[in-house]
Amino acid sequence: MKLLKHGAWAQDTFTPVADDAALPHGAVIVSLTRFQKDREALLERNTPLGVRLQSHENPELLGDDVNRLSLVALEFPKFRDGRAFSWARLLRTRLGFTGEIRAVGDFLYDQINYQRRVGFDAWEVPDRFTLEDFQRALTEMTNVYQPSTDGRKTIRELRAGI
Amino acid sequence: MSAPVFKMLTANRLRDGDVLYRKGGGWVLTLAEADLYADAPAAEAALAQAEAELAQNIVVAPYLFDVRQEDGAVRPVKEREIIRAAGPTVRPDTGKQATA
Amino acid sequence: MNAPFPAPVAPNMYRYDEFDARFVGERVEQFAGQVARRLKGELTEDQFKPLRLMNGLYLQLHAYMLRVAVPYGTLSSRQIRKLAHIARTYDKGFGHFTTRQNLQFNWIKLVDVPAILRELADVEMHCIQTSGNCVRNVTADQFAGATPEEIEDPRPLAEIIRQWSSLHPEFVFLARKFKIAVGATPHDRAALQFHDMAVEVVRNAEGRVGYKVMAGGGMGRTPYIAHVMREFVEREDILAYLEAVLRVYNQDSRRDNIHKQRIKILINAIGPEEMRRRVDREFQELKRMGTLQLPREELDRITAYFAPPAFETGLPDTLPEAGPDFANWTRTNVHPHRAPGYAIATITLKTIGQVPGDCSAEQLDVIADIMDEFSLGEVRVTHEQNLVLPHVRKKDLPAIFAKLQELDFAAPNAGLITDIIACPGLDYCDLANARSIPVAQAIARKFADLDRQHEIGELKIKISGCINACGHHHAGHIGILGVDKKGVEFYQLLLGGSGAEDASIGEIMGPGFGEHDIADAVERVVGVYLAQRRPEERFLDTYRRIGMAPFKQAAFQKEAA
Repeated sequence: MKLLKHGAWAQDTFTPVADDAALPHGAVIVSLTRFQKDREALLERNTPLGVRLQSHENPELLGDDVNRLSLVALEFPKFRDGRAFSWARLLRTRLGFTGEIRAVGDFLYDQINYQRRVGFDAWEVPDRFTLEDFQRALTEMTNVYQPSTDGRKTIRELRAGI
Repeated sequence: MSAPVFKMLTANRLRDGDVLYRKGGGWVLTLAEADLYADAPAAEAALAQAEAELAQNIVVAPYLFDVRQEDGAVRPVKEREIIRAAGPTVRPDTGKQATA
Repeated sequence: MNAPFPAPVAPNMYRYDEFDARFVGERVEQFAGQVARRLKGELTEDQFKPLRLMNGLYLQLHAYMLRVAVPYGTLSSRQIRKLAHIARTYDKGFGHFTTRQNLQFNWIKLVDVPAILRELADVEMHCIQTSGNCVRNVTADQFAGATPEEIEDPRPLAEIIRQWSSLHPEFVFLARKFKIAVGATPHDRAALQFHDMAVEVVRNAEGRVGYKVMAGGGMGRTPYIAHVMREFVEREDILAYLEAVLRVYNQDSRRDNIHKQRIKILINAIGPEEMRRRVDREFQELKRMGTLQLPREELDRITAYFAPPAFETGLPDTLPEAGPDFANWTRTNVHPHRAPGYAIATITLKTIGQVPGDCSAEQLDVIADIMDEFSLGEVRVTHEQNLVLPHVRKKDLPAIFAKLQELDFAAPNAGLITDIIACPGLDYCDLANARSIPVAQAIARKFADLDRQHEIGELKIKISGCINACGHHHAGHIGILGVDKKGVEFYQLLLGGSGAEDASIGEIMGPGFGEHDIADAVERVVGVYLAQRRPEERFLDTYRRIGMAPFKQAAFQKEAA
């Protein structure tokens, strides 16, 4: 796997940590369970913190802490499970989250454009995936009918010359 | 007394969806030409082989179904497979029955 | 060889602008790319399946089936001719109109699909979201824009919903499919209350036009009538409200059991009150954000496409005399129109013995000619698998009837016992347990006598070949559900359903009937109605008054040997 962030390959500076493992130095990603259990200790560490949410875990469960996080990883257990599309949008709108939203798990090339539209800005992709693939995924459809968190002009706005 | 039940293996061809039946290591277009598996191990082995071949992207969705051999003719046990082998009962001019 | 076409008449319906055309064109190439990746093996069948379904492509019992979207059931003659061309070129010369106002082709090759989609795009058509776990093609009252009953034409709203729901980034991988219907009349012809979500154009106490939103209706394994989510949504807020409902559904629906993942299950699990509360929270937030507000100019712009055609004035407003066959046809198949001198004519695709909803390429071509000559170039598809000529001059009705007779589509049976809805069933469908079409044909033949049909009056028979209920069996006055009993087809009877404004879910009679007994059982049930009805009572009314028992007793009473 490799990490694609803001349209370019990026070094993954976060270490995923199992619920029962000791915390290593540096930036970590923990589960929601671990975060809720060790909340204070995790927030006191002076290092970037990420939480990985399973598809049934609403980001509102993070409460006000969400904006003390550097990263929220949203998991696709199966590419057909589309709840994370709403979670990303909720993070970017109601919760005002400006950190990294990372797509992890089982998703398809064909979903990347939708993911980007709702607020994802980082992807864990297989090694064979190329930047060209990424660019193509984002440009197959030029225009969109719906407003989303990417702020793109909708077809209605383009028609109206807005 | 009903005739003994055998198994046959069917799938659809990926590129056009046509119904296929297993014969030897390949596929044929009609049920009459296809292999009969007399016992469960033979049938399961044929299915496993077909599943292993899915990566070749020739067929999709292989599965086994029951047939009986009566008076020398092979007939599926279930209505579904009878219709699949022949074509829609309401349009005899279409499906495999049209060219039979 | 085709006869030269008369000049096609362009009806008043939505036309793609450069943005819509580009969107559909790019979507076609996107799907063509997915097909190519599948053929090369870059996508597995498990990965490809949801992608192809999202573009209307199924793998059925005999071949691939491609479902073409007919947005809110409206088609131009140019589009009908293209469908005829596709039927001839890529299929076996016919297509099938469905209970969701779409058209499906039964014998499609995967390798041909990109070419077919390009042909469809040429006439502003597509297969986007005609299947899959996404917002499906929007359906509407087939009399929209023509009936005097309506508050306003619901199709502009349907078109706005179509655009908003097309490749909506948040809602293309929902827990299950999501069907939306719109209507604008007290008399519901679009089965609104059986939809995942329905919008009815209404007028509030102050006389302002807005929308009533319902959700959680559906058929299938667990049938429910929809709950009202909000009695009145202001025009400019409608997309925000619909998005709010979908967001709650996407976030909160179960995903662990495919049979419990429709919105109806969610709403009935948490209760409509809690659902309304959750939706309202999202709705208020979306309203505050304002990005989904529907500007009046946009609504007006879309509405202008559907402007009433320039109806002629001074036409005779009486039905012409043209013999008893014509009179019979007008009794059932002709409905009042908003403009004097005009009428709405239904073409039932239910000639005795035919496959309900099937239409050959040749028939489609003739229908296109009739549309151009007599109906301002327009036709509608109904959820009852019929076609409707929405704007015909009353004086032309005899000529239309004569042409339909030549086509064998002049059955005077709209709304009668032989106007049967039937899903494709086990003759075509991979999911079916039993055949539907032969049952429909057997019942239609049994009641072929026209005097008898008129004697029986309005009676809606709806047949599904499996529990998924594409044939709307729960909503039939008489519903029939095909089941598999040890590999043999078996049929259950349901009575008392209705898909109209008096919506109700049919009650299962009990043990079922074999393939050869089901039509006789229906006849015995109808006999009870004829014996017990009071004046003016429809079958449904009599059933609601006297209940199941007398019908059940008769249905299982075999004639004495």
